[in-house]
Amino acid sequence: MQCPKCHAAMHTYNRNGVQIEQCSGCRGIFLDYGELESLTRLESQWSQQVPPPAPAPQAYPAPPAPAWGAPHHGGQHGHHGHHRNKSFGRMLFSS
Amino acid sequence: MSAELVRALGTAARVRAHAAPQDCACSTPVLADRSDGTVVRHGELVVKAHASDTERARLDVQLAVAAHPALNGILLAPLPSLRTEFDGRPLTYWPHGTPVDPEHPERAPWEAAGDLLARLHGTPVDVLPGPLSPMRGPLKAARAVSRIRAALSRTRDAALHPAAAVVERAWATLPAWARAEAPLTHAAALCHGDLHLGQLVRHEGRWLLIDIDDLGTGDPAWDLARPAAWYAAGLLLPDEWARFLGAYRAAGGPAVPADEDPWPALDVPAKALTVQTAALAVAKAVRENRALDEVEETVVRACDRIAALPAELT
Repeated sequence: MQCPKCHAAMHTYNRNGVQIEQCSGCRGIFLDYGELESLTRLESQWSQQVPPPAPAPQAYPAPPAPAWGAPHHGGQHGHHGHHRNKSFGRMLFSS
Repeated sequence: MSAELVRALGTAARVRAHAAPQDCACSTPVLADRSDGTVVRHGELVVKAHASDTERARLDVQLAVAAHPALNGILLAPLPSLRTEFDGRPLTYWPHGTPVDPEHPERAPWEAAGDLLARLHGTPVDVLPGPLSPMRGPLKAARAVSRIRAALSRTRDAALHPAAAVVERAWATLPAWARAEAPLTHAAALCHGDLHLGQLVRHEGRWLLIDIDDLGTGDPAWDLARPAAWYAAGLLLPDEWARFLGAYRAAGGPAVPADEDPWPALDVPAKALTVQTAALAVAKAVRENRALDEVEETVVRACDRIAALPAELT
């Protein structure tokens, strides 16, 4: 088919199941009936796949801790367990 | 400590281990050497010299409990022997078990620890040899606090006094029973009294609890309190705490409710163990004339938060 604007030849591309005609001259894009809706739907699916910002790093919520527990308990902040050092290693083994 | 003691233990272990001890080529490594317990290994046997202030009658009951069939698969059983002592310290004989590798605490068997404690706590006390004394957890916490006082009285380093004051303030919020100033009357389960990762050994393909010196009756939550304190301080990973507590609950451990918040039961013992840990750390830093390291600071900060809360009445 020919471009309705500049009359150059249009090429058909398939992007994620949606047929797109793009003009080889002016680079304009022609969408068939329903294709705009298809693109909108794909876009919303894509944005849902993006993980929410700053998710909890573990699969399950941290077990409950007491009122006097370390601040930000269960998160990475303020938690030394993930970089356990020699001093804590010794503490694990002493009375 | 005493080379003479270590030599004597080595001889005792060799004689107990072999029918013809003069022919043996086993080495005799020292596994622990402290005033409250010196342990020497010889081949497949270890001999322990208990503290010189050990009450012999109490130790005899603890040994009989560890040897009782009800504790089979829970506590390592002692090897039968005549009563022996060296320099006033009672000697006991045990099969050698493989401990958790201190270089790899991430391999710690948290599930086994929870399961063993649940079964220990579930052992009916009336079938056991007696009379069992109270477990000594609160007494150990009180001794740790007195150690900080003794260490401070010998130092001029004022820099550690604020940490010591924080520990004292946290200690003051605890009820009398947790400070060993009043008898514990609210529970009478069989308890280990000093659980940490050094108290687990692998023997004949299974994990067992060792060290009976603090064994007795009391609040079973005390045995969960050291890992609980590490978790509350932010030192133990949530996953490790969940594995330990989950295994304890799965095995029907009585210290905490099966599926409600465990902290009402754990709160006082975990606070006491936090204070005990901080007190020993500060006392050690004073003795070694050094500042607290990052982990020790973390435990002192937990004491600070404990001290900021209202005192516990029960």
